[in-house]
Amino acid sequence: MAIVNFEMPNFLPALPEMFVLGMACFILILDLFIKQQDRVITYLLSIATLVGAAFLTISLSDGERHLTFSGSFVSDPMGDVLKLFIYLVTAVVFLYSRDYLKKRDLFKGEYFVLGLFGVLGMMVMVSAHSMLTLYMGLELLSLSLYALVAFQRDSLKATEAAMKYFILGAIASGMLLYGMSMLYGASGSLNIAEIGAYAALNTDNTVLMFGLVFVIVGLGFKLGAVPFHMWVPDVYQGAPSSVTLYIATAPKIAAFAMVMRLLVEGVGDLHNEWQSLLVVLAVLSIAIGNVVAIAQTNIKRMLAYSAISHVGFILIGLLAGTDNGYSSAMFYVVVYSLMSMGGFGMIILLSRSGFEADKLDDFKGLNERSPWMAAMMMILMFSMAGVPPTVGFYAKLSVLQAAVDVEMVWLAVYAVVFSVIGAFYYLRIIRLMYFDKPMDTNKIEAGIDMRIALSVNSLGMLVLGLFPAALMQWCIAVI
Amino acid sequence: METLIFYIFSAILIASALAVITVRNPVHAVLFLVLTFFTCAAIWLMMEAEFLAITLVLVYVGAVMVLFLFVVMMLDINISVLREGFVKNAYVGIPVALIVVFELVAVVGSDRFGLDQVPAPLAHAADYSNTKELGRVLYTEYVYAFELAAVVLVVAIIAAIALTMRRRPDSKYQDPSAQVRVRRNDRLRIVKMAAEKKNKASE
Repeated sequence: MAIVNFEMPNFLPALPEMFVLGMACFILILDLFIKQQDRVITYLLSIATLVGAAFLTISLSDGERHLTFSGSFVSDPMGDVLKLFIYLVTAVVFLYSRDYLKKRDLFKGEYFVLGLFGVLGMMVMVSAHSMLTLYMGLELLSLSLYALVAFQRDSLKATEAAMKYFILGAIASGMLLYGMSMLYGASGSLNIAEIGAYAALNTDNTVLMFGLVFVIVGLGFKLGAVPFHMWVPDVYQGAPSSVTLYIATAPKIAAFAMVMRLLVEGVGDLHNEWQSLLVVLAVLSIAIGNVVAIAQTNIKRMLAYSAISHVGFILIGLLAGTDNGYSSAMFYVVVYSLMSMGGFGMIILLSRSGFEADKLDDFKGLNERSPWMAAMMMILMFSMAGVPPTVGFYAKLSVLQAAVDVEMVWLAVYAVVFSVIGAFYYLRIIRLMYFDKPMDTNKIEAGIDMRIALSVNSLGMLVLGLFPAALMQWCIAVI
Repeated sequence: METLIFYIFSAILIASALAVITVRNPVHAVLFLVLTFFTCAAIWLMMEAEFLAITLVLVYVGAVMVLFLFVVMMLDINISVLREGFVKNAYVGIPVALIVVFELVAVVGSDRFGLDQVPAPLAHAADYSNTKELGRVLYTEYVYAFELAAVVLVVAIIAAIALTMRRRPDSKYQDPSAQVRVRRNDRLRIVKMAAEKKNKASE
């Protein structure tokens, strides 16, 4: 019998995942016995879980590649680095959201538990080595996100956003699954390495190609690349700002990992085929994201379109298909998630109970209200626009360099032209902050922890921009 | 013979699936969906996936669809509103659908997915148990994905409870412990009053 041949899998590489799962369940139950005024315990435990997971990930990381669970789980340096950034971003997201949630009567245990389950989903995606695992991780993440978007039950907008997100997300998952079923049908395996081995031998297999197209459509939806971007602005606008902050940051890192696992490790030998598809997505995303953002009056919508254009840049790095391209895309995605964390953090900072600072006008005259915070926002906006010496500039530069290296100069020039157009709407916020009279003269209420974290976040963009080598070396080393 | 049975079931499957989206009465649509699942289960049986076929009938037809039927009966769906714009959109929708079908057939048609390209797997011996084979890999080879599926279900439960359970201040509910603990003094107040004089006006 084959049962005899079964070897007990090595559980050790999956220890961080198990830890997060165990803690999430523990917090879920503990939270039932906590009174509302002591709810901060749940919050602190959630942060402690992320710190603990980071310790486990670092201590288990030995620079080697480990496969376990019959090849459906992989732990490698790239995954470890991405996981560390996911923990970091999520912890800061929790920190930023605390006051915001309290003021809106949303400070509940479920928020943090769902957030942690989302982290677990992202970790599973990052470490997936089989299409089945990848899909399970994606669904775990998406399901948590749908629920988080709908978390503010009395808000019509949030409910509408959750509905749209759920339906479009389900369609995207359907597309992805259909594509995966085709890859499975052609190669006869769910294992990413085996699909890769099959693809290397059969680069002209039509069924494989057909599946690839659907997989890319599914990935495009999840990344929010044009023409599959329709959900992004509505969801970003409708969701409570703290949830938008979560959706806009950590899942982008996980989506990057998903593309790396499926396209690069899986069907990397079909690079010629998927490159042209990604070029289309990148060209459209950069153009539509940057141009439509100009017309927005809601800053959450504006940042959503800006996210779309940043996805275009990440795709440029990926489609180059070189190690240099992958590492610069990784650098970009990490930097982007840190930048947008700061950007949405600013919206939360300016919001009060019963008031959302999500209009561009709410940023008017911020300099008069708080010169320090205005300066921080300026750094973030410069970084998003890609103005030196902030890190956004360096991220764009390295991605474009990767495109030039593979002789796609036209694409690099095109991206530069559109990022100049895009600079307009980032600089407009700076103009509003410094040259207009404030419309809203209330004091900024945020607590000292949030102010410090946000300042570190913004100044970090400047420091990383001055010394990008360390992070870049890291990204190069693990790809 | 097997091919004939397959085609019969497939025809029923496609016809009932079409009926699900075209019939006017939503209850009929649900019943057609049940038929679709049944024929689908029959096709799975022919593919030697006995366990999945039975699960489909037990879980989907037996549990999910019954629940679904309850929901459909309780909701007052105005079907005419849903159908509005069907004809208007059909001019665009039907050609697009036909093009998609044509393209799909062109790519995954029988010349690429036919029996000569992908040979049919050999039939298993009579003592082969599909259920046993599933059980063998579910907790060994696929244990990671299996556990993740459990986590997804947990998240679904948490989300459902978090989104629907709430104490509304205007809803009335009993608190038995408060009812038991109640003292006479909480409910009853004895007031000493001076005796009223007889009202002479009423006489």
